[in-house]
Amino acid sequence: MAISEEQTAYVANLARLDLAEEDIRRFAVRLDAVLEYMEKLNELDTGDTEPLVHLSDRENVFRSDQPAESLSRREALENAPEKAEGCFKVPSIIE
Amino acid sequence: MKYEIVIGLETHAELLTDSKLWCGCSSRFGEPTNTQTCPICLGMPGVLPVLNEKAFDLAISGALAMQCSINRRTFFERKHYFYPDLPKNYQVSQNHSNLGVNGHIDIPVTGGTKKIGIWNVHLEGDAGKNMHVEYPGANYSLVDLNRAGMPLLEIVSAPDMRSVEEAESFMHTLRSVLLYCGISDCRMQEGSLRFEASVSLNKPGDTGTGGRVEIKNLNSMKAVSACLEYEIKRQSEVLDAGGVVDRETRLWDENGACSRRMRSKEEAHDYRYFPDPDLPVYNIEESRLERISREVPELPVRRRERFISDFGLSEYDASVLTGRRELADYYEKVLSHCNSPKSVANWMMNDVMAALNERKVDITDFVVSAEHLASLVGMAEQSRVTAQAAREVLAEMINTGKSPETLVKEMGAEAISDSGDIMPIIEQAIGEVPEAVADYLGGKKQAIGAILGQVMRLSKGQADPKKAKELLTKKLEEME
Ligand SMILES: [Zn+2]
Repeated sequence: MAISEEQTAYVANLARLDLAEEDIRRFAVRLDAVLEYMEKLNELDTGDTEPLVHLSDRENVFRSDQPAESLSRREALENAPEKAEGCFKVPSIIE
Repeated sequence: MKYEIVIGLETHAELLTDSKLWCGCSSRFGEPTNTQTCPICLGMPGVLPVLNEKAFDLAISGALAMQCSINRRTFFERKHYFYPDLPKNYQVSQNHSNLGVNGHIDIPVTGGTKKIGIWNVHLEGDAGKNMHVEYPGANYSLVDLNRAGMPLLEIVSAPDMRSVEEAESFMHTLRSVLLYCGISDCRMQEGSLRFEASVSLNKPGDTGTGGRVEIKNLNSMKAVSACLEYEIKRQSEVLDAGGVVDRETRLWDENGACSRRMRSKEEAHDYRYFPDPDLPVYNIEESRLERISREVPELPVRRRERFISDFGLSEYDASVLTGRRELADYYEKVLSHCNSPKSVANWMMNDVMAALNERKVDITDFVVSAEHLASLVGMAEQSRVTAQAAREVLAEMINTGKSPETLVKEMGAEAISDSGDIMPIIEQAIGEVPEAVADYLGGKKQAIGAILGQVMRLSKGQADPKKAKELLTKKLEEME
């Protein structure tokens, strides 16, 4: 196995996914198959190859520091599941 | 026990741009909540961020000012974590190709300067702002995304500071460098300058005794000082009692003036950095680097040293005068017209600073031009006006904005230095303080001060004191 159940649980936790025990077992097997497939790439010798950061050849794409119009508050909050006092309303985040 | 204190600081400085880092939303502070957002900074799917060139140049200038080597090929990465103020669920930052690496800044410490390493300087987007709701029983928070995507320069120091005082000196120096270079306005009450600290304590001669504790949420230099004092005391107590300091992240609570455990290193975030596919690679061309290097001004610590060595100023005067670039520029401009560094410094440290403070004006708005101050100091130096009269003239210059030449004429403030004009005043003074004269003639030579004081009073401070003393001494000798 390229990935253990502990690692699967850890990745799920990082992604804020709440997985049941049996889901973790199931996904560990499936993730393992994906990683095994990707292992094929390790057969290539990439010792002298520069890591590719970006697929595009374009470089240095800039915009000038010109303020443009923003959305109205109504538009900005339109998709929010909950809002209050001109803000996005979210579950309490006091730790 | 006395422990070795090891402090490192991460500084976040908001860059002085008009618009955000990846979109055109305005970067103005203090606007109504959620009125400076767009699909890009709200993290909507399918949008394309484009880098603000001014922010990029300012970040390079920051890296140069910290004496960093510049990564000529640099790219942006996604740093993943979940928090309600981070709409994209990742922060666009840098990790493997930081703009600047291996720099340093020199900070003033008692008896000289100390070199503090800068591990790296990089550019990233800010998060929004969470507001805790204070209603009793409220179980929600409010989020304002006006700040989301604002350009931030993160400056990561090496753990080179060994006391709270050194950390304070570092913060002050860093702040003046950022202000000098026009990189950030460093307004702490607006959140433009924020810190994270790391502290560990070692037993003498034993590196790595204590666990490294990181403290977040330090929104002012004062908060950093208070938190460091608190944390050093807390860790000393743990070690004194034979305990072990856990490696952990703590949160500073400004109101309670204490730090609380946030997470231990085992639960530490795994940010899963990878290159942001929305943003291309940036190659810093020679021409860009040259242009920005030329614009980086002489840094405050070096300028301060030059003021001490070239102008003979005290450390204190040099620190105050180089504390702000505009003040130092004004001082040097006065000097270009009147080459008396020490007396110009005295005038600035006393009368000018007092007037600025009293009127709450900035040196850039000071009504007295450098040329006018220079000519007043020149007149005082040549005894054309006495020091006392010059101060009165300066006060009028500040009130009216008129030139010193005009005011000296209008006020009749020209010094009396002609023997023929001073002698009658001396004779009158001798008649008015006979006791002092008798004391002098009886051998108490210091009594001359009282007679001279009377001369100055009678001349309304306009008698040239040197000349008056000379003539008075001669007159008294004749009477002996
Ligand atoms: Zn925007």
